[in-house]
Amino acid sequence: MSLALGMEAPSFSLPDTDGVKHSPGGGPATLVVFTCNHCPYALAWHDRIAAVARDYPDVKVLAINPNDAERYPRDSYDAMRERVVSDGGWPMPYLRDESQDVARAYGAKTTPDCFVIDAEGRIAYRGAPDADYADPSHNAASLRDALDAVLAGAAPAVPETEPVGCSIKWKR
Amino acid sequence: MTQPHVELLVWDGCPSHPHALSELRATMTELGLDPEAVVVREVDTDDAAQRERFVGSPTIRVDGDDIQDPGDEPVGLTCRVYRLRDGRIAPTPDPADVRDALRAAISARRAA
Repeated sequence: MSLALGMEAPSFSLPDTDGVKHSPGGGPATLVVFTCNHCPYALAWHDRIAAVARDYPDVKVLAINPNDAERYPRDSYDAMRERVVSDGGWPMPYLRDESQDVARAYGAKTTPDCFVIDAEGRIAYRGAPDADYADPSHNAASLRDALDAVLAGAAPAVPETEPVGCSIKWKR
Repeated sequence: MTQPHVELLVWDGCPSHPHALSELRATMTELGLDPEAVVVREVDTDDAAQRERFVGSPTIRVDGDDIQDPGDEPVGLTCRVYRLRDGRIAPTPDPADVRDALRAAISARRAA
């Protein structure tokens, strides 16, 4: 089941690649991005999402990998750590959703699948980072527009887009 | 006979194959090949992926050869990661790589 816009975002506490736990909320906005290591769509959009994390220091950006690491070893906790180290660190924490409960609670469909949560803890945007994974000039415009609106206390003009990417790899 | 045997192996869990098929057919047309001759095969189980040495969707094989060396990519039902010639990561191969593979196969058949 997917969350509807305006619904309260499920809370969670998940460990990052250093074992530090993170939760949404506590600021003017949170961006939750379900992503992973092995999906070309997630990889193609990664730099644009990281740029959002750098450009919006007041927004808590949480990247979450929920994929089944048994069938997709590149999404294991160890592989997540190695990727962050190899990249010289990320501007947002990379969290492991081992039980997949958080992905299930959000109704995440793909990697990436993005959720913007407002200061009241409600879902204000859900969907893709922007309109074209193949064109970096789009610069995560859908996310930036949604965050700009939420930070201004308004509702995003386009609150929902279709998430595009690899299916979440659910455990069997 | 210069028409190489072109296969597109796809897994339905990855959304990239319609785009890959469209680009493949366009390239075949450009090279004077019959675009409808592409054999599209679905790989839908882990066993089939092992049997086919399938490293992700889409995979394009020309006369049995993968257009991009899969190297040590693990076999499995997944979306394949391609590196474009400009360095970007993409879910479908660089059309120039597809074109080069088809041209090489055509030349090899002419020389045979």
